[in-house]
Amino acid sequence: MMPNNKSSETKSGLRQTLGRPSTRYSVAFLIVSGIALGVVLWGGFNWAMELTNTETFCISCHEMRNNVYEEYTQTAHYNNSSGVRATCPDCHVPKEWHYKVVRKIRASNELYHKALGSINTREKFEAKRLELAQHVWDSMKATDSRECRNCHEFGSMDLTAQGRRAVEQHEKTAKEGKTCIDCHKGIAHSLPDLHDVDPSAVVGESRATD
Amino acid sequence: MKETSPYLLLIVILGIAMQSAAQSGLDSLRRQPIDADSIAVDQKKWQPDRDPIPRDYVQQPPLVPHSIEGYEVNLKSNKCLTCHSWANYKEAGATKISQTHFRDRELSVRANVAGTRYFCTQCHVPQVNARPLVENQFEPVDAIKQR
Repeated sequence: MMPNNKSSETKSGLRQTLGRPSTRYSVAFLIVSGIALGVVLWGGFNWAMELTNTETFCISCHEMRNNVYEEYTQTAHYNNSSGVRATCPDCHVPKEWHYKVVRKIRASNELYHKALGSINTREKFEAKRLELAQHVWDSMKATDSRECRNCHEFGSMDLTAQGRRAVEQHEKTAKEGKTCIDCHKGIAHSLPDLHDVDPSAVVGESRATD
Repeated sequence: MKETSPYLLLIVILGIAMQSAAQSGLDSLRRQPIDADSIAVDQKKWQPDRDPIPRDYVQQPPLVPHSIEGYEVNLKSNKCLTCHSWANYKEAGATKISQTHFRDRELSVRANVAGTRYFCTQCHVPQVNARPLVENQFEPVDAIKQR
């Protein structure tokens, strides 16, 4: 009985210490050190989060480097006439802080599957590609392609400078309330198997039953 | 008298022929001596989007009037058909693929585009801003000439 009593006493002792007003430090010291600590901790938190927001970090995992990154290096978002490059987080991580934090928390699921090895071979990745692509398409649809619009804003587009196809489609898009991802799929990574999405755009019948 | 070796004779004749060829200055499309690097070709640009290009002869596969940079065609997807298939052409405002493309090599009509007609760029090609290498006076027959 004695040890239990003792531990509960120390606990309440700690609580008392924390709850007791400071008698040693001035209010000014507490405020200044509080602010300083706040800046350091907040900065450190954001610094760590930004570290996870770099291409180097993304492709430090071979699933990313050997599959989606490899495909992306062949596309206009990697290499183009103007020399502007959009890296992984530009398209896949929101810029606004609260959306970014939510995305980062969701990414813990990706860590979980990294540990499970869900897509650790090319074959496993290809088998899951449609599902994974669908997730990205769905979230872009839900946010009205927010990450595309960080660079490609309709209001800043000079339709007269665009090609014939683009003008027609973009004018229609504005009227029908469509969003970028409705048409611009498979622009930075290869398309998944379309047999179950758009059988008219692929040869043969669904191979899912094979 | 010793006989001249036929091989020696051949070599001599070849040598004379090669020398005269070099003197007359053979002009090839490559336009560089055989031991020199090729001249870099001009960078060509895809022609900007335009209206469908009229055919120059009957049965000509229509040309692609836009860039197809980065379009993939493989067993999992066909980027061209995401606009040009019968299911998608109206929405995309594109030309639909011909009915003939559903017929396989046994001439039976398939439910989807035939494998023999699947690889679009085997016949349908985009155009670049390039001058023809040789002059060409080809004219379409009157029946399909644009008026």
